[in-house]
Amino acid sequence: MKTKSLLSSISGVSFAAMLMFSALPITPVSAADLNALVWCDHSDPNLLKPFEDANGIKVNVKEFEGTGAGLALVDQSKPGDWDVMVIDSIDIHRGVEKKLFEPLPEDKLPMADLFPEVKMDSSTVIDGMRYGITEKFGYNTIGFNKTKVDPADMNSFAALTSDKYKGRIAIYDYYLPVIGMAAMSIGKKTSELTEADLPAIKEVLAKMKANAKAVTDVASSQTALATGEADILVGGGEWVTAGIAKDKPELDFSIPKEGAVLWSQSLAMFKDSANKEMALKFIQYVMSPEGQARLATSSCYWGMPSNTKAALNDDQKKILRFAEQPDFLKRAQAYPAPNEALDKKMQDLWTEMIQAK
Amino acid sequence: MILPQNRVAWASVSPALGWTLAFFVLPFAAMAAISFYPQDGSGPSLLSYAQFFNSPSYYYALFNSLEVTGLVTVISILLAYPFALILADVVPERWQRLALTLAVLPFWTSYVVRSYSWLLVLSENGLVNATMVKFGILSAPIQLANTRGATIIGFVHFFVMLLTLTIYANLKQLSPNYRKAAADLGAGPIRSFIHVVLPLTLPGIMVGAFLTFVLAIGDYITPQILGGNNELLMPQLIMMQIGRRGDFSSASALSIILMLVVTVAYLFCARWLKIERT
Repeated sequence: MKTKSLLSSISGVSFAAMLMFSALPITPVSAADLNALVWCDHSDPNLLKPFEDANGIKVNVKEFEGTGAGLALVDQSKPGDWDVMVIDSIDIHRGVEKKLFEPLPEDKLPMADLFPEVKMDSSTVIDGMRYGITEKFGYNTIGFNKTKVDPADMNSFAALTSDKYKGRIAIYDYYLPVIGMAAMSIGKKTSELTEADLPAIKEVLAKMKANAKAVTDVASSQTALATGEADILVGGGEWVTAGIAKDKPELDFSIPKEGAVLWSQSLAMFKDSANKEMALKFIQYVMSPEGQARLATSSCYWGMPSNTKAALNDDQKKILRFAEQPDFLKRAQAYPAPNEALDKKMQDLWTEMIQAK
Repeated sequence: MILPQNRVAWASVSPALGWTLAFFVLPFAAMAAISFYPQDGSGPSLLSYAQFFNSPSYYYALFNSLEVTGLVTVISILLAYPFALILADVVPERWQRLALTLAVLPFWTSYVVRSYSWLLVLSENGLVNATMVKFGILSAPIQLANTRGATIIGFVHFFVMLLTLTIYANLKQLSPNYRKAAADLGAGPIRSFIHVVLPLTLPGIMVGAFLTFVLAIGDYITPQILGGNNELLMPQLIMMQIGRRGDFSSASALSIILMLVVTVAYLFCARWLKIERT
């Protein structure tokens, strides 16, 4: 009797607590609003407000970093909680495999205005249907302080592993692009990497780590270059230098002779969105010349707009090196897009690099 | 049949029990279950645990965490004890509250802001290097930020305050008669401190040390910002599993291992402090 009462009491209170908290949304969502899972560049009011004002709607944004974390948020939500998502272009298939995304109508999007190289149909089109549209791109390459290093040295990845800049380097803490750069430095193609390539890549990473002061996340990468803690950022690019170009004109990036790794982020629409019409409007707005300019120059980080007609002014185009894009794109290679097993091995390789003394 | 007074007792503790069950026991059980289902979909196994024990880069993260946390705890105690002793014994009673408020000021600032502030202070162009170069102590700036030392400094800055509070509270509870009695029996101040005050304030030290250990070993922000990721600690390794790959099985297994370490620390402290008797 005692036990029964105890269990009854515990389960009653516990159930009440669970009920109370399950009634609370994990995010500030509302069917009348547009709910977006985004990267930090989409939280800029300068990007969102014109759309909100024009449509009389509130855009609720939830930031995340990393596709795994983003998809976990979706898993923890009810179907229909989210309308649009920003996602690494190479990871669109992960959302499609989970049956999360809705095909996008190409005829209602400015496909013809995009830089052809960043359409990335191999990642964004699945079974003949477009599930994502590239909205912003850039390069993981060498970011540097041109008053502290010889810019000529930055035209080759060899500078990253030589003794000349030992102790003056920071490495961007994301294994895919930096492994891509290491692969390119030894003549491998990022799209053809296999497990057999990992030992040679490991050697390059070990040399980079031996030269590095730190392995830094997005914010720390900017801080490291801006404060002079590092003079070179492996994996850096316009995303780390352009936004602070006015205050730090000495920061720049190069596309070395070996090339650079092309990063790109896409917008996708959720299949269960209760507001698909508004979700499409939002995607159309972000892809419009005005939306593209605002996204490209977001306060969180700058990047190249994928729409060639983005309404950037001359100064902004100069900072982003807009005119040089055709050449950059010709020499860039796609993000490595490993399968599950190789992805795991690459992450373990990265862990070994960081832990190396 | 439950006696009326027992019903009142159960009713009183039920909210806490329910809360613990709903928000600790059940999530913990879910996490434990997930840890046995590797992300590759191969079915229930110990693969996520085996990965930890078979990969040096994984178990080094635990060693790193233990080394950093141990150092932080010891340094914090060594700094906090004299500080608390001065506050309790030397600072006049009317100034003690103000002194304590000043001591806990760091708690009032955001953890992230505090860590970034330290990063700027310790950077090559920061206050510490600039001062040492200016006064000729160094000929050129040295690397202070993005090191294990920076992580320890960031932690110690925070936890000295915590330990000061627990030790100060213990010292204030100590009757002055103990020291008078020791003096009557011929003990000098140092002997009295070593044989009377220190043992009697051990509970305050151990409570603070345990809190420091638990909070530091599970902290992600400080090593991430100040350590420069030149080595991985357990929380960073756990976060790495989730970021891109969403490998919740590995992250759960690593979290369980970390929790076991904390449990061992608790058992050690509980025995020392005889918490079970209170």
